[in-house]
Amino acid sequence: MIKVLFFAALREQLGSDQITIHVEKPATVADVINALLALNPQWQTAFSQSMLYAVNQNMVSKEHPVNCGDEVAFFPPVTGG
Amino acid sequence: MDVKNDSSVKIAIQTADFNLTDEVDLLEKQNDEDGAVVTFSGRVRNNNLGKKVSGLFLEHYPGMTEKSLHSIIEQAQQKWQIGRITVIHRIGQLKVGEQIVFVGVTSKHRQDAFSACEFIMDYLKVSAPFWKKELSDGVESWLEAKQSDEAKAKLWQS
Repeated sequence: MIKVLFFAALREQLGSDQITIHVEKPATVADVINALLALNPQWQTAFSQSMLYAVNQNMVSKEHPVNCGDEVAFFPPVTGG
Repeated sequence: MDVKNDSSVKIAIQTADFNLTDEVDLLEKQNDEDGAVVTFSGRVRNNNLGKKVSGLFLEHYPGMTEKSLHSIIEQAQQKWQIGRITVIHRIGQLKVGEQIVFVGVTSKHRQDAFSACEFIMDYLKVSAPFWKKELSDGVESWLEAKQSDEAKAKLWQS
């Protein structure tokens, strides 16, 4: 299973801060997005926005591999400082 | 919560305010080899994009925030000769005029301290997972990331 986290504007748009899903391996961040959208087709618009991806708390690209037990996070471009 | 407080690096993500004098004292205490101390602090201003702002809410990604700040600091330590580094970032509800962020760097000489301080702020802006929600005229809205911040951070790669 993969733990998926959402933050900030994305979290509010989805109405969810966390979800656990299963993806067939070998999987990438893009496969996680496809799995999320298959379960929640209404999330399509939110996921078409510009966003960043993290696997195990490191910023990665959409092609980055995802393994069972990983923590995957989706969030808008950051605005701290 | 303080994440790591060895002798040379302090990272803190906290709701509480911080005191500039105390933070500078901490950077200087028993640190007579460094002659330069450069600090930056950022506060909530009362306007943004022509709108009046009354406050901010700051969200972060616990765990990843600390990890990304450590990575930024490590990069700065590889690029410049640095003594001590402190990075403090506040989260939660903040009013106009309140402090948001502090970066302090010590070095033997000023140029390394200036450069490292600016580098840490520039990278924090584009890679540390914080998000600001602005309160303006009773309406809350998430801020959009600025292209100019991305461009500024990229300059360090050239």
